Amino acid sequence: MTLTPITRRRLANFRANRRGFWSFWIFLALFLLSLGAEFIANDKPLLIRYDQTLYWPVFNAYPETTFGGEFETETDYRDPFVRDLIEAKGWMVWAPVRYSYRTINYNLPVPAPAPPSADNWLGTDDQGRDVVARLIYGFRISVLFGLALTGFSSIIGVMAGAVQGYFGGLTDLLFQRFIEIWQGLPTLFLLIILASVVTPTFWWLLGLLLLFSWTSLVHVVRAEFLRARNLDYVRAARALGANDVTIMVRHVLPNAMVATLTFMPFILNGSITTLTALDFLGFGLPPGSPSLGELLAQGKANLQAPWLGLTAFFVLALMLSLLIFIGEAVRDAFDPRKTTAALSNQQG
Amino acid sequence: MTTDALNPDVLPDFLKDGDDRAVVLEARHLRKYYGVKRGVFKPMATVKALDGVSFQLRAGRTLAVVGESGCGKSTLARSVTMIEPPSSGELHYDGRDVVGRSAADLKELRRTVQMVFQNPYGSLNPRKTVGSILTEPLVINTNLSKDERRERAVAMMGKVGLRADQVDRYPHMFSGGQRQRIAIARALMLSPRVVVADEPVSALDVSIQAQVLNLMMDLQEELNLAYLFISHDLSVVRHIADAIMVMYLGKPVEHGAKDVVFARPRHPYTRILLAATPRVNPALRLERVVPKGELPSPLNPPPGCSFHKRCPYATERCGVEVPALRPVDDRLVACHHAEQMN
Repeated sequence: MTLTPITRRRLANFRANRRGFWSFWIFLALFLLSLGAEFIANDKPLLIRYDQTLYWPVFNAYPETTFGGEFETETDYRDPFVRDLIEAKGWMVWAPVRYSYRTINYNLPVPAPAPPSADNWLGTDDQGRDVVARLIYGFRISVLFGLALTGFSSIIGVMAGAVQGYFGGLTDLLFQRFIEIWQGLPTLFLLIILASVVTPTFWWLLGLLLLFSWTSLVHVVRAEFLRARNLDYVRAARALGANDVTIMVRHVLPNAMVATLTFMPFILNGSITTLTALDFLGFGLPPGSPSLGELLAQGKANLQAPWLGLTAFFVLALMLSLLIFIGEAVRDAFDPRKTTAALSNQQG
Repeated sequence: MTTDALNPDVLPDFLKDGDDRAVVLEARHLRKYYGVKRGVFKPMATVKALDGVSFQLRAGRTLAVVGESGCGKSTLARSVTMIEPPSSGELHYDGRDVVGRSAADLKELRRTVQMVFQNPYGSLNPRKTVGSILTEPLVINTNLSKDERRERAVAMMGKVGLRADQVDRYPHMFSGGQRQRIAIARALMLSPRVVVADEPVSALDVSIQAQVLNLMMDLQEELNLAYLFISHDLSVVRHIADAIMVMYLGKPVEHGAKDVVFARPRHPYTRILLAATPRVNPALRLERVVPKGELPSPLNPPPGCSFHKRCPYATERCGVEVPALRPVDDRLVACHHAEQMN
């Protein structure tokens, strides 16, 4: 793929913002690591060698009888009895954290929530689950949810804004009034009411939030289309016989995407915050899901266990700050003044 | 005979350029009205941006439309190219009526008439390479393969004086004159019979203007193109036009062969325009006639002759009676006192 000179300048501008550039790589690294959460925090070993055979418990479920145990159910590898059985005839490779997000540590020396220890690096929550494991899984679900919500609301928002701005007139007027009314609805209350009617799953919650988040990009895209539809190159395309869809997609949209992309990191930020807020209030992801909001709520309920609240706070603060820094760098990269300045430097 | 009554079928002989070339573009009583809202409780006002324009354009000829800003020149260009269909009137491409046709028919007809815009900085999409700008007309209107399209684009670039190796560059990498060459090349990609040029050189440096004009004239000769050339610059018009139509507030006020009109303008407005053209040779300078006041608002045109409030020759009659477009001294002119203009 060849990069256009403008794209190249934008990349250079993005790189020139060191803070945003590094934030991007740090965030990407954290996100990629969390995508492999099963290999970092898991209550099953990654690899077992038992009786000359290799087993992959992460991918397959093996009944305990495989390793000479008594039950037909899936092996509980954390059980000291099972561990002894396997290690008698082979070995196991564990993930760095030997807990999954729903593993309950029954061997706590103190009542849960237990403070940080060599076993539970950041302690456990009030149900005896490892905080590190829940953080890793929670980070992943937050970012994935945020990305999905940002993606879907951008698609809908861009389409709605494009139609509004391109056709203008009565379409624009009616649509704009509708959006104003829609945005006036008290989102959080509606979500709480809706969430009490259905038991929200990941996708339910995504749909519910999408109902209200798609409006965020509409006005930006609409403005771009309103401006562009009277530009001469759009007229020229019309004189060539291009139809409305072609003009919108091929001529106007690429120019409107700049404004859209600039907003995206901030929308992602907002999406994550909304999910966290809902989880904190208890109307978010289904009970038991790893989530930063739920951890915050536990921190509030257990002030005697400061590691809960502090951990959730620091992770959220880190994640949101990184995203803001990235957003600033993206904004710099798309700043037309910076782009032209760089271009004239290049030419001059 | 009023403007309306002028029957284009019996256009006076002096407007037929004395030749029998094919008529490729013909407009009859073209009108474009815009509704303007003035407030919630006021009725809609109508702006007559184009109020009864008729002309014929023959292959290989150039009709120049001149007039100051707001006289309806650009509206005429957009109506003739069907970018904004006219409110009423007839428009014939190659003898076929286009007003009121379905979109599918129009798509085919549109290839006959193409447009070059005023500002080459706005008329080229900044995110597309020259190659994709030039091949787009072919993508929309033909089923040529990708290689054939590119071949034609490169051939056209050669014709307008661009190098073939510039095909993958972006518009911002070109100068204004080169961009206008690209815009001309794009208009020619579908081999149109007519090119409507809306002030094609007014955004360019004077030194570049001549190059682009000469290119347009060469292409006209080579491809037998007809130009509807819109301009406010009479020296440019003098260089390129065969016939000239002077417009004021949406109406033609004087229409005739270039030499006839330039030699002895019969409408006061034409005289003022001609006198305003800077001439190097003092002997050729005409007496400056400065019009009084501003161009009246098209929302509220004056009664009678729309020019009478600014006209140094106006009489009482001009404020009452709308002058008809009538043949005087080998051209059409809309002035009550055309005979006295010498």
